[in-house]
Amino acid sequence: MIPGSFDYHRPSSIGDAIGLMSSLGDDAMIVAGGHSLIPMMKLRMALPEHLVDLQDVQSLKSISIENSQITLGAMVTQAELITSEELHEICPLLREAALQIADPQVRYVGTIGGNVANGDPANDMPAIMQTLNASFTLVGPNGERSVAARDFYQGAYYTTREDGEILSSIHLDAPTSGHGSAYEKQKRKIGDYATAAAAVVLTLSGGTCATASIGLTNLSETPLWAEEAASILVGSSLDRETIKAAAAAAKAITNPAEDGRGPIEFRKHVAGIMVERAIAKAHSRAR
Amino acid sequence: MNVQSPPSREERIKKLQGLGSSRKRVEDARFTQGTGNYVDDIKLPGMLFGDFVRSPYGHARIKSIDKEAALAVPGVIAVLTAEDLKPLNLHYMPTLAGDVQAVLADEKVLFQNQEVAFVVAQDRYAAADAVELVEVDYEELPVINDAFKALDDDAPLLREDIKDKMEGAHGPRKHHNHIFLWEEGDKEGTEQALNNAEVMVEEKITYQRVHPCPLETCGCVASMDKINGKLTLWGTFQAPHAVRTVASLITNIPEHNIRVVSPDIGGGFGNKVGVYPGYICSVVASIVTGKPVKWVEDRIENLTSTAFARDYHMTGKIAATADGKITGLWTHVLADHGAFDACADPTKFPAGFFHIVTGSYDIPIAYVGVDGVYTNKAPGGVAYRCSFRVTEAAYLIERMIDVLARKLDMDPVELRIKNFIKKEQFPYQSALGWEYDSGDYHTAMDQATKAVDYPALRAEQAENRVAFDRGETRNLMGIGVAFFTEIVGAGPVKNCDILGLGMFDSCEIRIHPTGSAIARLGTISQGQGHATTFAQIVASEIGIPAEDITLEEGDTDTAPYGLGTYGSRSTPVAGAATAMAGRKIRAKAQMIAAYLLEVHEGDLEWDVDRFQIKGNPEAHKTMKEIAFASYNQAIPGLEPGLEAVSYYDPPNMTYPFGAYFCVVDVDVDTGVTDIRKFYALDDCGTRINPMIIEGQVHGGLTEAVAIAMGQEISYDEIGNVKGASLMDFYLPTAVETPTYETDFTVTPSPHHPIGAKGVGESPNVGGVPALSNAVNDAFAHKGLVHTQMPHDHWRVWQTAQRLGLTG
Ligand SMILES: Cc1cc2nc3c(=O)[nH]c(=O)nc-3n(C[C@H](O)[C@H](O)[C@H](O)COP(=O)(O)OP(=O)(O)OC[C@H]3O[C@@H](n4cnc5c(N)ncnc54)[C@H](O)[C@@H]3O)c2cc1C
Repeated sequence: MIPGSFDYHRPSSIGDAIGLMSSLGDDAMIVAGGHSLIPMMKLRMALPEHLVDLQDVQSLKSISIENSQITLGAMVTQAELITSEELHEICPLLREAALQIADPQVRYVGTIGGNVANGDPANDMPAIMQTLNASFTLVGPNGERSVAARDFYQGAYYTTREDGEILSSIHLDAPTSGHGSAYEKQKRKIGDYATAAAAVVLTLSGGTCATASIGLTNLSETPLWAEEAASILVGSSLDRETIKAAAAAAKAITNPAEDGRGPIEFRKHVAGIMVERAIAKAHSRAR
Repeated sequence: MNVQSPPSREERIKKLQGLGSSRKRVEDARFTQGTGNYVDDIKLPGMLFGDFVRSPYGHARIKSIDKEAALAVPGVIAVLTAEDLKPLNLHYMPTLAGDVQAVLADEKVLFQNQEVAFVVAQDRYAAADAVELVEVDYEELPVINDAFKALDDDAPLLREDIKDKMEGAHGPRKHHNHIFLWEEGDKEGTEQALNNAEVMVEEKITYQRVHPCPLETCGCVASMDKINGKLTLWGTFQAPHAVRTVASLITNIPEHNIRVVSPDIGGGFGNKVGVYPGYICSVVASIVTGKPVKWVEDRIENLTSTAFARDYHMTGKIAATADGKITGLWTHVLADHGAFDACADPTKFPAGFFHIVTGSYDIPIAYVGVDGVYTNKAPGGVAYRCSFRVTEAAYLIERMIDVLARKLDMDPVELRIKNFIKKEQFPYQSALGWEYDSGDYHTAMDQATKAVDYPALRAEQAENRVAFDRGETRNLMGIGVAFFTEIVGAGPVKNCDILGLGMFDSCEIRIHPTGSAIARLGTISQGQGHATTFAQIVASEIGIPAEDITLEEGDTDTAPYGLGTYGSRSTPVAGAATAMAGRKIRAKAQMIAAYLLEVHEGDLEWDVDRFQIKGNPEAHKTMKEIAFASYNQAIPGLEPGLEAVSYYDPPNMTYPFGAYFCVVDVDVDTGVTDIRKFYALDDCGTRINPMIIEGQVHGGLTEAVAIAMGQEISYDEIGNVKGASLMDFYLPTAVETPTYETDFTVTPSPHHPIGAKGVGESPNVGGVPALSNAVNDAFAHKGLVHTQMPHDHWRVWQTAQRLGLTG
């Protein structure tokens, strides 16, 4: 459980960080909170020769909210997501999900940027970002670009981010006021990744569901945005039958692996249950 | 002048903080302030570090090992393989179970993560880098990961080293992968009882492979001083003296030249009883290099290579009358010992004290047969917070009683009460040969059922079941009861030894001139709080306040010889030695007091902290005064000084027992089991420190929850160990840990000097069946008889699904 040897760099601006990443090349990796990367290094499953630490890049550390537009700097910690009252006011799903990540110690150092950039389908924030239709800003030697969370993930640990690019911030519009949201995650214990988890955001209009979005965690090689399942809800009164049908549609797109959390059949089954429960909870919270 | 009245008798008793006092743990000041001293805190000048190259395969032949690239890493001093150990005859070491175990794999690897080579380097980092560079060429061989296939005719031969040795340490081996068949009781008679029974139940019950997983992993620092020929070995040893003797026997270093020290130990739970390749390799490396060598395993190494526990595949059969009186118990175990038989049991008991399996019940006839087999898994089979195989036995009988209750449609509490050994039957001779020293089961069960309001729980459950069937809830309520009897405190030297070392224990007490004292024991605390509780025994025996007594363990150069701490033996054996040493001191103190008071010894009586003249309590000498006198007065016929040592060979084991109740709510849709209530009544005889007892019970129950709800070390078909990190190996956090209610009755042991029985392991022994019975009970009305542990989410859900409840 000792990582291979590596050099450590600590730039203080995003420009310097990008410069280092390009000059150091393929063997360099960004380290943010280190709580996904360092365990992998200890197992020698990640063997970077250089670590570029973003801790001193102050410009990546703020949460800003303008009107209902939210910008999260990549280096905002999961704990900071939880403590921001302003954020909770307009987008309570973020706190609810962040509270289900790991434990307080991990959340004090783990960052939102690292959580979404990591590309591990077991991370909770990617599906949340897809549910909220967030976009990620990537900056690299060739400038800046924006990628939708729903287009970002391509496979386990494999994203559209190019080597040398840094994910600098996350942008999203807060869901309309009066919306209801929920994140239901089944896990074996505190600190565990999901057996299955589902995020739901929905709005009501005169008793029927006006809009809906559903995301799924740890049920495939990538996070899943369950578009069809959500569309089943729209226009319905969110009755039991409809919820069951949506859960079935969500379940249909899952493709989990067997692991210590259980066989495939069980994990798919729990996915359906989590979707049902998240819809019911979001419904109860919507106005 | 102020006239102060002398302290009252009550005040004097209180000041001692002796038996029955919940004095705070003296260890905690250093632990909570981070100043404990664990093996990995030991740093010596010039110290080197060892690290293992381990097998990626479950079973493979080693074709070649190339050390060259590893030796080229800067800072690497040596790479040891079996070839290097052979000339010293140290490539194999004896196990506690009469087998041998490869120190470094000899031609073959037999389990994944087996030790293949030992890299020694100037720092940990160089060692870890070099481990990656040792090139081992393997040829894969077929794997046995299923104990039930180990004895098939065409099963691959695992142990080539003993293939011609068909007479094992415990009798003949009937197959090349067979280790022993061990039997106890009356097989024929029991089979007859089954044949003649009005009612018979049979069930296959597995206690899965788990691991003690102490917070601190295993490790050591070996330091060979080549100038004076003395080897010092610091390590995570639950039995430091036994390690010294074994080390001397296998290295041929004279025993007086070996000093073994167990510093602070961060939990053992049986994992630190055995001798591991890391210890031997560190010693060899230190002898070879003349430098101290440290080896500390990481978590994955701990979970995959140093001693596991359980892995017992059990079959139980009970014969009973139609009204629920048990007339016979037949059991068989297929015991998976892994690649080497490294079980830690008293030598004559290859299945430990499994024959306590008749439990708390008056069963007239019984039989036990245990077949040990080799598989391609890590060796071990230690008593994970229990006396030797007692947890397995308790789990089997407590599950089987529930199985019988279901068959008879009888309440499981009522069935237990009906079969209890009665108070007046003690000392009780069990059908399998044990003499239970004492017990009062009816009183304990009565107190427990009242405390949890058992009838109200069953009434609530009946309502819950109706509501479930009506579709009003998706939760099923389960109520589990377990009434266990343990056998702890090994033990009488006449039948308990480890490698020929009788399992007595010891205490030496020295009283200082100013009336304070030091006591040293042959045991070693790993978190149990010995420094706190044993001082309390001394305090009550000799009348010196516990806070004035230093307690030391773990250094073989200073402590008297003892067999160490495991199997809840410290209080029953070393605790008894402590009381007896105290009594020797008191006897001498009485002579000194008689001299000082100018009376005959017989005219004196002991009172809390002093000897006083009978009928004239004002004329007295306190222990403090006597201590000083022992150092400064020439007393005719008496040697100066005040000290004593006692080696205690207990006449019998002790038999703690308890009544546990657990209530769960099972969500059939997710398999999530919520523990709503956990009540534990323990009878451990005389209670030395109630606060420490409560802490021990909380800790043991939490381990029981972990085992029953999720712990498992399993292997896939090609021998890969699955889930061997704390991501998968279930250690509950504070969030998953339920609130416990503890309770007690007191039935002192009649043969122990202070009546104490031991408690550290009871909650693990009783907690597992209580919880497992609760989960099984949740589904009982739907036809479930038995479902295997661990009761994790997916297995519980599968049970619900099989019963058609998931829809
Ligand atoms: C015990 C434990 C339990 C956990 N449980 C959970 C859980 O339940 N749910 C969950 O979601 N997570 C969990 N985690 C992971 C944790 O949330 C991590 O903190 C998070 O996944 C990664 O964030 P980080 O800041 O630590 O990133 P790092 O570990 O530093 O980096 C992760 C990866 O992302 C890359 N990276 C980081 N930042 C950037 C950036 N700005 N631009 C480009 N690439 C970047 C790194 O190069 C690396 O490849 C757990 C971790 C531990 C140790």
